[in-house]
Order: sequence, then C-alpha cells, then structure tokens
Amino acid sequence: MSAPKTLYDKIWDAHLAHQAEDGTCLLYIDRHLVHEVTSPQAFEGLRMTGRTVRAPDKTIAVPDHNVPTTWDREDGIDNEESRIQVEALDKNAREFGVHYYPVNDIRQGIVHIIGPEQGWTLPGMTIVCGDSHTATHGAFGALAHGIGTSEVEHVLATQTLIQKKSKNMKVEITGKLRPGVTAKDITLSVIGETGTAGGTGYVIEYCGEAIRDLSMEGRMTVCNMAIEGGARAGLIAPDETTFEYVKGRPHAPKGAQWEAALAWWKTLYSDDDAHFDKVITIKGEDIAPVVTWGTSPEDVLPITGVVPDPAEFDGGKVDAAKRSLAYMGLTPGTRLQDVDVDAVFIGSCTNGRIEDLRAAAEVVKGKKVKDGIMAMVVPGSGLVRLQAEEEGLADIFKEAGFDWRLAGCSMCLGMNPDQLGPEVRCASTSNRNFEGRQGRGSRTHLMSPAMAAAAAVTGKLTDVRELN
Amino acid sequence: MDKFETLTGIAAPMPLMNIDTDMIIPKQFLKTIKRSGLGVNLFDEMRYDADGNENPDFVLNQPAYRDAQIIVAGDNFGCGSSREHAPWALLDFGVRCVISTSFADIFYNNCFKNGILPIVLPKEQVDALMEDAEKGANVRITVDLEAQTVTASDGTAYPFEVDAFKRRCLLEGLDDIGLTMEKAASIDAFEETAAQARPWV
Repeated sequence: MSAPKTLYDKIWDAHLAHQAEDGTCLLYIDRHLVHEVTSPQAFEGLRMTGRTVRAPDKTIAVPDHNVPTTWDREDGIDNEESRIQVEALDKNAREFGVHYYPVNDIRQGIVHIIGPEQGWTLPGMTIVCGDSHTATHGAFGALAHGIGTSEVEHVLATQTLIQKKSKNMKVEITGKLRPGVTAKDITLSVIGETGTAGGTGYVIEYCGEAIRDLSMEGRMTVCNMAIEGGARAGLIAPDETTFEYVKGRPHAPKGAQWEAALAWWKTLYSDDDAHFDKVITIKGEDIAPVVTWGTSPEDVLPITGVVPDPAEFDGGKVDAAKRSLAYMGLTPGTRLQDVDVDAVFIGSCTNGRIEDLRAAAEVVKGKKVKDGIMAMVVPGSGLVRLQAEEEGLADIFKEAGFDWRLAGCSMCLGMNPDQLGPEVRCASTSNRNFEGRQGRGSRTHLMSPAMAAAAAVTGKLTDVRELN
Repeated sequence: MDKFETLTGIAAPMPLMNIDTDMIIPKQFLKTIKRSGLGVNLFDEMRYDADGNENPDFVLNQPAYRDAQIIVAGDNFGCGSSREHAPWALLDFGVRCVISTSFADIFYNNCFKNGILPIVLPKEQVDALMEDAEKGANVRITVDLEAQTVTASDGTAYPFEVDAFKRRCLLEGLDDIGLTMEKAASIDAFEETAAQARPWV
C-alpha cells in the first residue's frame, strides 16, 4: 500500500508534468483564468517573443476589476486608462483565441464567481489566475492559487507553472455553527487565530462538520480568504454538495464523462493518517459573528467586543495596531457596536453570490437603509444579478434604499469609479481592510453579508442576532 | 531580466509589519498596460499627501534614503494581492533587494521574476540590519547572492537560504519560460496521458 496522502498531495501528484533533480517541478495547469489588470503585459510578452497561447481551450478571460457597475455601462468606460485596459483584454482574448466573456455578456462577472458558475471549475483541477483570490476555487477540491503577471505569461506559453510543493495544513471546524454565524465568520475567525502570515508556505485543507454543512457558496467564501491567512491555497474535499452544484453547468462533463469524472472525484479526500505539518482546530460553537477593527484581515473581533488597546499586543503588532487605530479613527475601549458607519458594500468575490444576497435581503426585508448611509449591492455576475431579480431580492434591496448595480469587482478595491472618500467608514463584505483599499483614506470593516445588511439598517456596526 | 550578483547600497528601514501590496502600489496605478514607470508611485499614499506633496516623514523622502537600493522591512512584507506592479514599482524606483523575517508567497515569487532578491533572515538578524539601516546614508549593506550572505556595515556577515533554481535564474538573468519550453516533450507526454485519464478536463 502506498503512503497515505492528503487531498493536496493527490492533486499535486496528478498534475506533475516534470520534476528536475533539484526538486523544481512543472505543475500542469488545467484552467487559466485571466482578467484585464494582470494580463496585458503577459500577452505583450508573448508577442515580443513570438510565442503563442499553448492551450487556448483551457484559458478563460473576463474583464471585472475596471468595469463600471452603473446601468449606463453599455455606453462605454469614461476613465481612459480603464477603457484601454479592458480594450486590451478584448483584443488579446480574440487574437489569441481564448474563451471570453465581454463586458456586456450576461455571463460576465467577477472571474472567481463565473468560473464555478459556468462549470469551468471542477474538482481535482489545477486552476490559476493573476489574482490572489483564485483560492476561491479550492472550495471544489481544486488546487487553485494566484500568480503574478510573469507567471501568467509562463502559463499562457507553457500551460505549466514552476513550483515547489507547499506544506500541508489542516484547519478543522468541529460541530455546528450557532445561529447568525456564517462562512465569512469562519474564515475571518481562522485568520484572527493564525494571523495573516500563519498560512505562509502552506496549502490549507478546511474540514470538519461545520465546513461539511456549508453550501458551495459558503465554502467558496471560506477558501477565498485563505490567501488573507498567507496560504498559497485553500481546499475543501469534494462531496455530494459539490457534485450537486457542478452537475449540469455549461462546461461540466456530461453523460459517460460525468460518470468517469465522478468516480475520480470521489477519491479526492485526505487519507486517514495522512500527514499534516500543522493542524488548527476551532469549535464551531465558539465562532461568533465578527468584524474587523483594523487595517489587516487578522484584526478580527466578535461584534460584542471593544476596540483593543495596542498595548495588549506583542512585538511589531503594537506599532501596527497604533497605526491602524489612528487610520481607522477608533479609540481603544469603544464598543464595536457603537461605531457609526457611512457606507455599506455588499458584493465581491468573497460575498457576491446568490446565497450572500439572500442572506442580506432577509435582514433588510421590510426595513430601510438608515438616512445618510450610502449602501450598494453589486452582484458577482450577470447571472447572479438575474437570479436575484427573479427571486425578488433586487426589489427588497431597492425598496430598502440600496443601490442595485451591475456585476464587477467594484468597491472591493475601487479600480472602477466605486470608491470611498477619505475617512468614510464602510461595512463591507469584501476581503481586505488595508489602508486605502476602498479609496484613499477610507475605513473598511470586513464582515458577513447579513452583518453588513444590519449595519445598513442601523447605521452602525451591529450584531445581526439582535436586530429585530 | 537583469542579473543579480552582488549589490552594495543604502538600505531604507521600514519596520512596519504587514506592509501590503496596496501600500506598495495603490490600485489607481494598476491600470497601466506597461511594466515600467511605476517607481514615482511606489508607496504612493505613504509617500505623498492627498495633494501630491512629499510627506517629509516618509523614509524614502528623507535625503539619506532617496537612493536606497535595499529595504529592510517588518514581518510579512508584500502581503495581499498578486499584483506584479509591486515589484515593478520597487525595481523602477531602484530597489533590488528586500530583507524581512517573512514574505507573502506570491510577492516573493514575483520578485525573482524581476531581478529583485527577497531575503528571509531570523528576527534578531533583521533587527540588527534594521538598526544598521537606521544609521542613514553613510552606511552600506552588501548582498552577495553567489555567496548567499548579507554583510552589515560593521562587517558581520549573515548567511541566507534561497532556492537553488531561483538563485540560478537571478545570477544568470535567465528567462524561465524559455527554460520550461525546453521541456516541451515532457509537457506533451503529460498532456497525452492526462487526456486519457481525465478526458473531461
């Protein structure tokens, strides 16, 4: 019998195209997702060296970061640099013959939302994209991670990536979650526990009853932020929930190929006694609805907490926390629930899927966005938007006073016009609370869609469990 | 890519931990379709005020550090996004080496693709180099990739580890796509086998 393997080991072994004597490996890439921001220089590199795209059939391109989310976007992009970048993707996708979803295609959306939605993302695959949140696709038991533009060019040219194997880390969430606690609270709580460098050098496999109980949408939220914990990738072993989600998607296998695929996918789990280099266990019942208070995703506290005193920390974190609090305009000892917000953003590759919109709509149904609060919902894809409109969610948001938008990355990073001004405080379902992330000087508090919706209603950070 | 063999230069101290890629190069500068010209916007929101005036407190605006080629940084430098614009901006400014206790994975890889050497050293050694860097422009730190050492101004040499393949690519300025294309036969063979085992991919 061969040695027990982790899920990561199994996917790695199935994609090893070459191993040099010094241990440097060429990993074969099954799917390469491409967006407009990190690809122009890579395509230009191909042109300059006379190289081609080796596997255009395995390459999927979509503009998402720069696209306007306003309803007039058919008229074009005002910002010249953004327009040039989107036009460059348009030209490159057509010239090199890769799959392409242009801005006004109803299937357009955030690259990490449409990959799974269209069935490009399948269990056991290797998936890369010039975007750190590629980790999202790990929810399907696919090895998925972000790469830089030079590596984008490498994958375009060779369909492989030069890699050294990472170490294995297991994050187990045992038992059940309490009411009001979501996938976002799990993933933020894990980062709060491990820190933003805790996963550096590892691929994380999330497991345990609380993970098993999550929908695919929830699992994507968990894996999406593996990168915020420093890990190369996050993985969840595929199961019936996964197969059910994948079946019937446009690019999922059909007929006999479905059966063959399913047979292999069912072997994709970590063997008993497989070795993990690091193990973290968290009880599901110990996880509370959380928000971030600082400018690092590790700055996580239960909503019932108070703004910490930097003196509570050790080492370099003392100065980092002082800087964070000055930037965030917060005073130690303030109850988080007493912090007023100015804006609410619901969307992003972390929380822009249909289940996220349902959770937020359930909170705001029959209520109003508090006066003076700028609140917006940006669906993760055109198809998520359509579904939300059909389910009546869009009407709930609009009646409550939310701005209902077209799909894109939007205010998660503000490369399009969806940006916040200095000192504007935002309850956001996105993934990064870095300084300047949503606009120069803006202040981001990360949280779940339900919590962001609750903040929109009350105008302050709010414990969704106590909102009537 | 320019070779990296040895470098003797001014080191700028940036002790803040978790310096993320949004700090290194904010999103408004990611709209370029070129790799060059980003140096002027390196650390933009720390370096300039909202009106574009230099912030005199920021290390790279201080006379001693305007020509820094090395950054000694706090833990977890380069965390956040995959934007290669971060190393492009560093390189365009003139930085060829960053020293820290840890780097985010994607940023670390991106550096090597652009002739920048990221060096991981234990905390007390980074602290010692930070102190050295804080002395200013009269101090030079020397990095020798062949010998795998960082030498402080007092002559203390600190050995560092680096992956053998990455080291070779930097020392020789190699194009790794070209190297991989030399293994096309292996990739062809893999594709053929995989197409039979997993025809649905």
